[in-house]
Amino acid sequence: MNNTTDIFSDKNITLLREDMLRFAILQLRDASLAEDAVQEALIAAHSSKSGFEGRAQIKTWVFSILRNKIIDIIRDRVRRPTQSMTREDGSDDELDELFDENGRWRKEAQPSDWGQPEKAFKNDQFWKIFEICIDSMKENVARVFMMREFLGFDTAEICNELDISESNCWVILHRARASLRLCLENKWV
Amino acid sequence: MLTCKNATKLISKSQERPLALKERISLRFHLLICSGCNNYNKQMKLIRQACEHIGGNEK
Repeated sequence: MNNTTDIFSDKNITLLREDMLRFAILQLRDASLAEDAVQEALIAAHSSKSGFEGRAQIKTWVFSILRNKIIDIIRDRVRRPTQSMTREDGSDDELDELFDENGRWRKEAQPSDWGQPEKAFKNDQFWKIFEICIDSMKENVARVFMMREFLGFDTAEICNELDISESNCWVILHRARASLRLCLENKWV
Repeated sequence: MLTCKNATKLISKSQERPLALKERISLRFHLLICSGCNNYNKQMKLIRQACEHIGGNEK
């Protein structure tokens, strides 16, 4: 007997669910796992939704539940890897190519001015491209990046979870940021 | 003298832990004279803000 229909009757919860799903798919790269995580988070939220004063608070709180679900899934996956974790895309050379032999930006690769963040964030196109760029990262690189930037782990915690050295972690984060930036520079600006 | 390549590495590092004084000074100086890296620095901040926004984690 499905008792959860009242969660989805509110149009704003439907929108929230879409946001949550997008967030979960981005990190788990598995639609059915993402659906499960979102469903569990919504049910957990629904069963104790007392005392919320505003939509913003609900979103923050539900997302924190969702983040914890995602963290559990990632931990489980790291412990028992069942599929190939890498996706080769030659991006290592791609980043080095942006600089000349003196380590300076090549003229055509020079970062441009993206303007005010607030303006970018109001633009739907920005978010679409942002997701595309995150999704095109290599899985092992993306995992570290997203644990750091979406799930709020600090580098020591990431090293601990994934059993990698701190300097290795920093290198991965640097390359993740650099390739994300490059993707945005190419596709959005 | 800091190269742009190394400046980008320092910028990323600064998002993980505070830079040592020497690192901070050489990066500051480089950012004063290099508009490319200056833009890179701003772009990194934008990316971080965007990630906070996505995670429902805005400060």
